[in-house]
Amino acid sequence: MREEIITSGRMNPMIDPQLHIWHWHIPLYLFLGGLAAGILFFAALYTILGKEKENPTAVKIAPFITPILLVVGLFALFLDLNHQAYFWRLYTTIRLESPMSWGAWTLMVVTPISFIWCALNIKEIFPRWEWKFKFLYDLDAFFRKHLITMSWILLIFSLILGMYTGILFSAFNARPLWNTSILGPLFLTSGLSTGAAAIILMSKSHEERLRFARIDIMLIGIEMFLIVHMFMGFLASTQVHIEAAGLFLGGPYTTPFWLFVFTLGLAFPAILEVLELRKFKVPYMIAPMLVLMGGLLFRFIIAYAGQASRWLY
Amino acid sequence: MRYAMAVDTKKCVGCSDCVVACQTENNVPIGYCRDWIVEVTDGTYPQLEIEIRSERCNHCENAPCVRCCPTGASHYSDGGTVLVKKYHCIGCGACIASCPYDARFPHPDGYVDKCTFCLDNRVKKGMDPACVSVCPTKCMYFGDLDDPRSPVSQILKKRKYKTLIPEAGTKPHLYFLI
Amino acid sequence: MKTTRRQFIKVSSLYAGGVAMAGTGLKAASGLLNNLGGSTGGLSRTPTYCEICFWQCAGWVYKDDNGRIQKIIGNDDDPHCNGRLCPRGTGGVGMYHDEDRLKTPLIRRTVDGKQVFEEATWEEALDFIAEKMKTIAKEYGPECVVLFSHGSGGAHLGHMLKAFGSQSISAPSFAQCRGPREVAFLTTFGDIVYSPERTDIRDSRCLVFIGYHLGENMHNGQVQEMSDAIDKGATIITVDPRFSVAASKSKYWLPIKPATDLALLLSWIHVLIENGWYDKEYVEKYTFGFEQLREHVRQYTPEWAYGITTIDPNVIRRTAKEMYDASPAVIVHPGRHTTWYGDDTQRLRAVAILNAILGSWGRRGGFYFPERVQFPEYPTPPYPVPKRLPAEAYAGKYNLANEVVSNGICDATIPSVDSDCNFKVWLVNGTNLMLALPDQRKTLEAIQALELLVVIDTMPVEITGYADVVLPECTFLERYDMIRVSRHREPTLALRMPATEPKYHSKPGDWIARELGIRLGLEAYFPWKDMEEHLDWQLKQVGSSLEEMKRIGVKKFPRQYDDLYLHEGEDFFFNTNTGKIELYSTDMEEEGFPPLPVYTEHEQPPEGFYRLNYGRAPMHTFGRTANNPNLTDLMDENTLWVNPKVANLWGLENDQYIKLRNQDGIVSTFSIKVRITERIRWDSVYMVHGFGHDNKKLSRAHGRGINDTELITNVKTDPVMGGTGMRSNFVTFVFENKTVGKEAEA
Repeated sequence: MREEIITSGRMNPMIDPQLHIWHWHIPLYLFLGGLAAGILFFAALYTILGKEKENPTAVKIAPFITPILLVVGLFALFLDLNHQAYFWRLYTTIRLESPMSWGAWTLMVVTPISFIWCALNIKEIFPRWEWKFKFLYDLDAFFRKHLITMSWILLIFSLILGMYTGILFSAFNARPLWNTSILGPLFLTSGLSTGAAAIILMSKSHEERLRFARIDIMLIGIEMFLIVHMFMGFLASTQVHIEAAGLFLGGPYTTPFWLFVFTLGLAFPAILEVLELRKFKVPYMIAPMLVLMGGLLFRFIIAYAGQASRWLY
Repeated sequence: MRYAMAVDTKKCVGCSDCVVACQTENNVPIGYCRDWIVEVTDGTYPQLEIEIRSERCNHCENAPCVRCCPTGASHYSDGGTVLVKKYHCIGCGACIASCPYDARFPHPDGYVDKCTFCLDNRVKKGMDPACVSVCPTKCMYFGDLDDPRSPVSQILKKRKYKTLIPEAGTKPHLYFLI
Repeated sequence: MKTTRRQFIKVSSLYAGGVAMAGTGLKAASGLLNNLGGSTGGLSRTPTYCEICFWQCAGWVYKDDNGRIQKIIGNDDDPHCNGRLCPRGTGGVGMYHDEDRLKTPLIRRTVDGKQVFEEATWEEALDFIAEKMKTIAKEYGPECVVLFSHGSGGAHLGHMLKAFGSQSISAPSFAQCRGPREVAFLTTFGDIVYSPERTDIRDSRCLVFIGYHLGENMHNGQVQEMSDAIDKGATIITVDPRFSVAASKSKYWLPIKPATDLALLLSWIHVLIENGWYDKEYVEKYTFGFEQLREHVRQYTPEWAYGITTIDPNVIRRTAKEMYDASPAVIVHPGRHTTWYGDDTQRLRAVAILNAILGSWGRRGGFYFPERVQFPEYPTPPYPVPKRLPAEAYAGKYNLANEVVSNGICDATIPSVDSDCNFKVWLVNGTNLMLALPDQRKTLEAIQALELLVVIDTMPVEITGYADVVLPECTFLERYDMIRVSRHREPTLALRMPATEPKYHSKPGDWIARELGIRLGLEAYFPWKDMEEHLDWQLKQVGSSLEEMKRIGVKKFPRQYDDLYLHEGEDFFFNTNTGKIELYSTDMEEEGFPPLPVYTEHEQPPEGFYRLNYGRAPMHTFGRTANNPNLTDLMDENTLWVNPKVANLWGLENDQYIKLRNQDGIVSTFSIKVRITERIRWDSVYMVHGFGHDNKKLSRAHGRGINDTELITNVKTDPVMGGTGMRSNFVTFVFENKTVGKEAEA
């Protein structure tokens, strides 16, 4: 029998007996960030493609929730900080090696654009809205003139934001479960998928809903493919990675992950959406709700399980 | 200059003096510690072996904590020691998650804390780190790897040693004599 | 005098609001501190010697800019520690900072039919004690007052007690600990091993430990020297049913069947003699009874021992050869806590004989001759001659005991028809007798028979709950004590001085003894103005001064004689009946005990039971550190070591909490966490002693782990010196759903 124990009573809070430095804040923030990235991506994409008319919800309505998502997400992130009085230090430096620094700056780009986007489309919600000052009209005109440029910026930064939510984890070599580069594309796909689901939920147009159902099925397909690949990668890797995968293959996270995330959050809504496309009568709300629930749970599970995977002891 | 420490697992009895000496020297609050003892038992009675290690921050040459720090609070200081500037630290916890040795912890005041090799309070004044200086078995050696006459260079020349999780690629500066 | 049954009181359950403290004591203390500031010339460090264990390492107390005690660092000149304190010494600051400390004197009173402690002033408490002592002494004689002490306060209180007319002073460190080895070595070599041990470990080429877990027992100087010996490539042989840390550093680990050590020792002697592997010249010149020994051990072959100890005969031969090859630089270590099975003096006699025939006594790398400074006492009138000496409490027994047998005193406190020598007053200082003495029921019975129980301690422990008066002693960081006069390779003196004022209303031991002495009419015995004058006078007699000692902390003196080791061919008179090293003990023979050690079989655990083995952890000293914030941080409960085979049999899991029941049906008060480990034999379990405290006022120690002492009810008394053999107790596992202690918090 091999016994490896810390005998001197190291019981540092949030480190021992197992790392739990990140609680609900980080996975919630990652979920909200991914969701916002997904919505903004589609808004920018269809603007660039010139298909605003066919996708009114995606381009004009859904983006209205993104500033809220981002602000709530940022607030969660702020709550998670232990030395809050110094949070401004994030913006006194740019550290390319640190995903956290990237994230902070990406949000500095995406969040203002999300507000501008809402401002430009404010009349969709409040048809009688009038700006009170002239310079606001000028600004409005300025952004409208450069809408395509702004859309390109938004497209790129929303992809970075979506990707970053995964890379934040995958950059940690110390946590074998997180330490896979698939997590970037996986979280991006999941973010786009939840974005599509949110658009479906908000859309009043049957056409648009079906289009996004089709997109969502494709994204879910990619996501499931990436998940399978992630585990194949783990199982073909070192002992600690095999042990990390073991958390999901017989370990404590097996049921939550395979039942609630994989089956109920991905496979089942995909089937419902296929049935819907095949003209079966299915309440359209169920699939996107499950996708959103799955996406949220997925981030929680990855955040918690990752902290349980380790190199030593 | 590259500061490093070597711990002789053949002499260490795991008494934890290093732990409490660090706490009193560095005013580490009760309930927290910057170093700790690991005991590994291998085999089946009566064919047994024990390895006892006094562990702490490895002051890695390729430190994941420095890399992931979004504000530059975690940084390389003199002699390659890895330190935290407490008023730059936002307490995001990224460095804590990034450390394969679990050597960092959130100080109750909010910033992230860990072993400093007693750089400012002792080493720069020509003394050994507190843990090294109190060890009753004299099982710890400290010094500059670039100085062939330093205790740590001398002992590493003589003895077989290992580092922890070398496969993590962190290039640690904490050696264990085996 | 009528006494009522003592109920256990949780300290300070009743607070008298706003106790007016007498100002005199406090004023004196602050005056003393002013002097101190002037004389140290603004230094931020003051000398002390540690009180966390009996090793008493000298060190420096450092204070930060706010005057708060921050750390304690070893004194480089001190041979006890060589500038390196152990974790307990380093963590000694926690003893001062512990907020659970006893804060003010307490007197047991009955309020509304309920016994409670009431806060008192020092005047009230001391007057109360002095009055009672006087009345009781008038009736029964002053000899009926006993002092149990394990700490520096003992010197002051002992002086007071001797002046009062009683020599009844005892410490559990004899009959519950080192007694058998001291008596065995005294009867063999005519001298004891002393503390710190006179073992020349640093130059030894072969160390043999019999159940002695050096490294886990943090006897600082010895641990340091063991490390030096490892560096120099010494061979270590460890005999232990448990894979101790020392065993893990050993070339040979002999996983012996518990309670059979004497068989192994005898067969080692057999092998050494049969093969001529002994120091012939040394044996010829210095020893007595070698031929009888040769005859006696002829029967004890390694094959015979194999059947008893389960140690391979070839390993017995090989290890014997290792010892011989290293001799005389070999130490068959006498150990320290040696009260195991009731024939302990005989076992230690075998250890002494092994050392004698290997020629290690008085040789480099073996046992050296320590020396101490001839340090004069401050002149006081001669003590009155007591009518009775404490040993009369167990008259006719334990004649070879060279110290007072604490359990003998405890037993004699219980009234019985065949004894007219009952003790009526216990002064208990720095020792928690409830944890120190085995068989708690007997201790309780004795306590119930007392007319007065005074506890002088820093912490509320189990024994304080039974006290009539509790006096809060200040910690070693807040007081002067007697100069530490060490017996070592080089004679040294060490000073302890206060680093700060006593916290709360606690007082130094010397003040308590003096104030009590004055109340007992013994002013003449306390002629000094204060401790500073007392110590300064003493130091000046040996060419030092208090001023010098404050500066250097430790003063080394040259040896008077060049006799650290025996010289080649030197004639030497040993302090025994024959003037030689007695392999064949005439003392033992006179007392009617076997003059050569004879193997006796001891009980083995019945089916479903496991031998309860206990030991030490390097970060704790018995139970006295169990509440120290710095040290509980390192270890806050003991665990029960269980072999995986046993765990499998019982379905035990790691970190599960269980209770234990012993052979007499005693169930532990609290639960203990299971640690499944290969390091323990399948026929025993192991735990660290000193946990499972039952006093709720110990906020960090209460209910943490199991107190092994409560399970030690089968006591095997050593007929030679009265030692209490504690290792013939067997336990089984009790599964209860009821959660207690630490488990309940989780």
